[in-house]
Amino acid sequence: MAILSVNNLTIGYEDQEVLSGLNFSINEGDYLCIVGENGSGKTTLVRTLLGLIPPRDGEIVRGPGFAAGEIGYLPQQTQVQRDFPASVREIVLSGCQARNGLRPFYSKEDRTLVVKNMERMEIADFADRCYRDLSGGQQQRVLLARALCAAEKVLLLDEPVTGLDPVVTADMYELIRSLNKEGVTILMISHDIEAALRYATHILHVGEPLFFGTKDQYLGSEIGRLFAAREGRPHNE
Amino acid sequence: MSNFLWYLSFPFVRYAFIVGVLIALCSSLLGVTLVLKRFSFIGDGLSHVAFGAIAIASVLNVSNRMIVVLPVTVLCAVLLLKGGQKAKIKGDAAIAMISVASLAVGYLLLNLFSTSSNLSGDVCSTLFGSTSILTLGRSDVALCTVLSLTVVALFIFFYNKIFAVTFDETFSRAAGVNAGAYNLLIAVVIAVIIVLAMNLVGSLLISALVIFPALSAMRIYNSFLKVTICSAVLSVVCAACGMLLSIAAGTPVGATIVAADAVVFGICCLAGSARRRNA
Repeated sequence: MAILSVNNLTIGYEDQEVLSGLNFSINEGDYLCIVGENGSGKTTLVRTLLGLIPPRDGEIVRGPGFAAGEIGYLPQQTQVQRDFPASVREIVLSGCQARNGLRPFYSKEDRTLVVKNMERMEIADFADRCYRDLSGGQQQRVLLARALCAAEKVLLLDEPVTGLDPVVTADMYELIRSLNKEGVTILMISHDIEAALRYATHILHVGEPLFFGTKDQYLGSEIGRLFAAREGRPHNE
Repeated sequence: MSNFLWYLSFPFVRYAFIVGVLIALCSSLLGVTLVLKRFSFIGDGLSHVAFGAIAIASVLNVSNRMIVVLPVTVLCAVLLLKGGQKAKIKGDAAIAMISVASLAVGYLLLNLFSTSSNLSGDVCSTLFGSTSILTLGRSDVALCTVLSLTVVALFIFFYNKIFAVTFDETFSRAAGVNAGAYNLLIAVVIAVIIVLAMNLVGSLLISALVIFPALSAMRIYNSFLKVTICSAVLSVVCAACGMLLSIAAGTPVGATIVAADAVVFGICCLAGSARRRNA
């Protein structure tokens, strides 16, 4: 069953259209990679899907688990976070925030969920260490655990491996794949076309021309071959 | 010590102590958030706005200046923090612009319409808070106490939300938290704190009261909760010591408190780097 379908969507900011004619749908358990060049509108699309900016035209039909506020979002790191004095536990807990409404403090269930997700991400050992003292890969795991506290079923990852070294990058992809195997639907923005083609079930190519389909369809399409070749990888494996 | 007790027998000294400690407590609470949101200078900007508002109030001969100063400062704070992302003139430039403009207008108005015989004395005490803390009446103290306790209560109630919004505004928004409302809350609270703190250290020195304790605590501690508590403690201790010293040595209150904050910051820097080396 489709948990999200996008029909003839036009996205952009107040006085500027970024992209139009978007059509795609996502089923539960899919692993969708959104690829495309810089400035093609990937981030704008993500912000629209998250409900941060309104669509200019067309419609987004949200199924269960995909209402705005039910998506676990892994944003790109900001400068502020790099020297933020907060313990790992505090940050993961903040993922429970949305569910709390006006309730000022976290409940026992929140804390249990946090411990569970920290164990899932293998960061339980440094729950009380400071976020800024962690390595890049560990920081991403913390933010992933936080996203899992906010949403059980859908994760939206914005370039999750930026700035990580190759070994840690591979770990990160494996971690995301294992989440996907557990039934979590993954939407990932990526520059890394090679990884996108290795792990994803579906590809959304944003830019000229638009493409949406399964990975195999993408590899068979002209834009797919072109893009894969230019990114330095033979498209026929 | 007996000397100190003798001082405390005067009601105005007791008032000054109560108000000073409360203001120090409030101003340190949001310091961490402002430093991390890269808004360290907002205190400075808003205090100049408050200076301008005081000038207007005294020109208009309003008996209770708070009626003018508080709304004007709150409005400017809202404009600065709200407009943050969309404004044509961004963050630091907007703050600088508003602050120098209100400083200039305030001084201009005072010069043109002042009824006081000691203009430069008035201006100096507004800027450096040299005496006003010692001239507070009963109603001032009551107002100050109510406002400070409200600020502390709001902060505790919204502590977790403030943390979430400070650490990652985009994530909070995506998760359905009304980040705009909390930014607004932060803006209003900081404006109230600024207006309160003008009594203690004057408008030029307020940023010190807001950011020094937060920066000091961030040198030593590693979690948001510990940093917040530590900065509140440091701020209160520095304010108390500063006031004691200034009474004993006859130095200006505001400047002494800020100097104490600066010294503590230095100590925390050393302690922090020593700790990191050992770790």
